[in-house]
Amino acid sequence: MLEVQNLSMRFGGLLAVDQVSLNVQEREIVSIIGPNGAGKTTVFNCMSGFYKPTGGKILFEGKEVQGKPDYRISRLGMVRTFQHVRLFTQMSVVENLLVAQHRHLNTNMLAGLLGTPNYRAREQKALDRAAYWLERVGLLESANRDAGNLSYGQQRRLEIARCMVTEPKLLMLDEPAAGLNPAETQELNQLIVSLKEDYNVSVVLIEHDMSLVMDISDRINVINQGRPLACGTPEEIRQNDDVIKAYLGEE
Amino acid sequence: MQDLLYFSQQLINGLTIGSAYALIAIGYTMVYGIIGMINFAHGEIYMIGAYTALIAITGLTALGLAWLPLILIVALVCAIIVSSTMGWAVERVAYRPVRGRHRLIPLISAIGMSIFLQNYVHLAQGSRNIGFPLLIEGGFKFGSDGHFEMSLSYMQITIFVTTLICMTVLSLFISRSRTGRACRAVSQDLGMASLLGIDTNRIISATFIIGAALAAVAGLLLGMYYGSVDPLFGFIAGLKAFTAAVLGGIGSIPGAMLGGLILGVSESMTSGYLSGEYKDVVSFGLLILILLFKPTGLLGKPEVEKI
Repeated sequence: MLEVQNLSMRFGGLLAVDQVSLNVQEREIVSIIGPNGAGKTTVFNCMSGFYKPTGGKILFEGKEVQGKPDYRISRLGMVRTFQHVRLFTQMSVVENLLVAQHRHLNTNMLAGLLGTPNYRAREQKALDRAAYWLERVGLLESANRDAGNLSYGQQRRLEIARCMVTEPKLLMLDEPAAGLNPAETQELNQLIVSLKEDYNVSVVLIEHDMSLVMDISDRINVINQGRPLACGTPEEIRQNDDVIKAYLGEE
Repeated sequence: MQDLLYFSQQLINGLTIGSAYALIAIGYTMVYGIIGMINFAHGEIYMIGAYTALIAITGLTALGLAWLPLILIVALVCAIIVSSTMGWAVERVAYRPVRGRHRLIPLISAIGMSIFLQNYVHLAQGSRNIGFPLLIEGGFKFGSDGHFEMSLSYMQITIFVTTLICMTVLSLFISRSRTGRACRAVSQDLGMASLLGIDTNRIISATFIIGAALAAVAGLLLGMYYGSVDPLFGFIAGLKAFTAAVLGGIGSIPGAMLGGLILGVSESMTSGYLSGEYKDVVSFGLLILILLFKPTGLLGKPEVEKI
């Protein structure tokens, strides 16, 4: 479904990502792990259209997407989150979900002023979908609160709900558990697994804490200092000498 | 009683001019809210709105039309169409190509646009004042038995009512409509809105167009109120409206409305009780005073630097 081939990204003299490849099949959770500064987020930024990679290809469902503007990529069905929560904090929780469905909606101003049946029907559908996902992430009671007033864990879940209302095929989560306590992390992991199992979404996950991704990942890619280090199932990664060295240092 | 009438007269004059300032100020504040930059060509867009309305009124009158509401509506529609097109063009020419560069670059290109538009009107329409026909005459008079007579003209009522309608429609549009929702999202986090599939270029264009349309309405209203237009018509009004936007808190739409009214009232109070020459001193002095104590303006939110 997603295939990244020999991706490189150079910032002036710094080669932040060097020949990284990875692929994601349908209904699969793939993690990218590595120590801080390994280039994980840079890989994400290239995939989501934030950066134009200096080398390599990114194929999504067979089509090259590298260097395309970010809104085009997200319309293809690849959506991402950030390390820090980026909600529209001054809008209500439900508005955050409605605005994410903007491109599915009829934005004809005249239709809006007249309140045509088509306009209302689509608005209703968007509201229904928003309500469904709010229920799913346990935020239905907070629908009319300002998103900025939610707790951090709630904001994280709202962010995932906001991705899901766009009906993505591939979800890219950048350290979704950052700043969460162990209970919240557990909840989040269950949510991510259910996205895969119940909604057929593939997930790419960035994490620097290995233990978090071991339970839920189908496959793990390890990168270190911008270079691919290892790739395999959680079990293989756990026993890989290079990975242990990178994480724990050499004896 | 006399004092009260005199005071009310100044208040009415102030609110009239202030509501027109508020209409122009919204254009500044919306553009700032979305892209964080000041549209320095906005005053010229307002001026062009006034000229277009004048041309439309003259043309219709020459054609022998006499039904006032029709003339006004046609003039308004023409002014809105021409000004909105200008607003859209300013964004395409002066902002979009240089967006994401250093902040000073779009500032310079917008000032360039402003100079260009001003001189274009100089060339096309001449530099002299052109009289605006007095279309809405008469009004109410109060207290005619005493020494001072307070008047509330139909023109002033037209300005109030039109502004009120525009503000209501705009507020509903921003809070209820899908495009308005997208506007708010883009103003809070442009990058994220784009990632969620919102075409931010369209939203930015829409902002310039809405601001320009409101400026055109103000152009027609103030043109009729003052009774004449000239190519520098937009300069001082633009400056005042910009002051109003900053006073109320730039980026905030209710702030622009409030700022416009405060500015208008303080100006007319100064003219009424001190002297007309002091009105600009007082209004800009007020701006300095408010910014000293509340740097983000009356209703502005403190800017949090995004990491």
